[in-house]
Amino acid sequence: MTMRAPTSILPLAVRDLSFVAGGRTIIEHMSFELAAGPRTVILGANGAGKSVLMRLMHGLLRPTAGEIAWSAEHAGRKQAMVFQRPVLLRRSALANVLYALELADSPRPGEQARKALADVGLSHLADRPARVLSGGEQQRLAIARAWALRPQVLFLDEPTASLDPTARHAIETAIDAIHAEGTKIVLITHNLGQARRLGDEVLFLHQGRLVERAPVDRFFTQPASAEASAFIKGELPWV
Amino acid sequence: MGDIANSLSGAASLIASGDATLASIVLLSLKVSLSAVALATLLGLPLGAAIAVGRFPGRQGLIVLLNAFMGLPPVVVGLVVYLMLSRAGPLGDLGLLFTPTAMVIAQTILILPIIAALSRQAVEDAWVEYEEQLRSLGATGMRAALTLIWDIRFSLLTAVLAGLGRASAEVGAVIIVGGNIDGVTRVMTTTIALETSKGDLPLALSLGIVLITLVLAINAAAYGLKEMAQRRYG
Repeated sequence: MTMRAPTSILPLAVRDLSFVAGGRTIIEHMSFELAAGPRTVILGANGAGKSVLMRLMHGLLRPTAGEIAWSAEHAGRKQAMVFQRPVLLRRSALANVLYALELADSPRPGEQARKALADVGLSHLADRPARVLSGGEQQRLAIARAWALRPQVLFLDEPTASLDPTARHAIETAIDAIHAEGTKIVLITHNLGQARRLGDEVLFLHQGRLVERAPVDRFFTQPASAEASAFIKGELPWV
Repeated sequence: MGDIANSLSGAASLIASGDATLASIVLLSLKVSLSAVALATLLGLPLGAAIAVGRFPGRQGLIVLLNAFMGLPPVVVGLVVYLMLSRAGPLGDLGLLFTPTAMVIAQTILILPIIAALSRQAVEDAWVEYEEQLRSLGATGMRAALTLIWDIRFSLLTAVLAGLGRASAEVGAVIIVGGNIDGVTRVMTTTIALETSKGDLPLALSLGIVLITLVLAINAAAYGLKEMAQRRYG
């Protein structure tokens, strides 16, 4: 087990969570707990509610019913999120990281920003305008920006969805390194290979409900629910 | 045809000789309109951004009002400012009527809604793209608004230019509150109106040429700046 600081915001308890938007129920009576340590991968078909669930946990959306209970105060400042399409500010790569650190009242933003860029291998592009970087570089910068905040939990919503294999590999390496330093990883992906590489456990969502939760290996080899087997068959028809 | 040709050659020689009257009128015009644009930008940008990002009761009404006020008739603005600043008016003691300051005030009121409404739209469009990311990083309210303004600063230039275009082209407001006093409050548009009615077509025409050239030059410079920024910052 990873050593936990006394002020850990984990475990996260999600209790009877529901979310309705425009008369449509997107998340329905969902309950689970996320502990520090294992990397959690959220799987499910399009429209299963994965992104909405992540936004609810991260506080970007408010639950219609139920609760999201972190184990410590000011949990919002101890988590970060990387989006499928990174939104970078029209300033240098370094200034993008600095911006996040300054918002978080970081004590030594300059030093930490440079270290975060170095961690994802972007030091040589620190002074480049962020918006002219390549897609893979932009996503690595988004990860550096999130990582610089030293979050206890890092949410990633399909971070490699539109990237080529090389860029995807760089992102996966960065996520691994971040997990190795003790940050809880919560990842949405449509790439089952990536789920196997990066995940320890799977939360499988189907039509707004949590249908199955299992360690990664067991989920892929012996899915317990009919929905999960159908999903794996659909995604990996040759298995 | 002879009239036009004569006026044109007269205008050309006035411009070429750097006529002192012409120069002072052009300078005053620039001073008044640029001051009004600076003031309206200072007030209008944050106002537009705050409305774009904020959620408060009456917001939609305010947006409709701002959009409607983009088309404020200059003479009506002139009249209202005139009433405020005239001796008997509430601000009469300031003695500002028929001064360039009064003209700046009138034009600021005239273009504030333009700059605020256009920047509200631009910031709101950007907010759709930035909102989740900024909220995730903990930037809300005024902080988020300022971040957006700075990030789309080159797009906001368009809003400012629209204000400048309106200010430099209008006659109604400045003629009422400025009085079109020779050497004191006479600007390009008011002079054109007056000289045309007096029949001094060369001066009117030369001012018209200068006015259009200035507006073109400013817009060309702004366009170039925007293009450069697009390439530089993406």
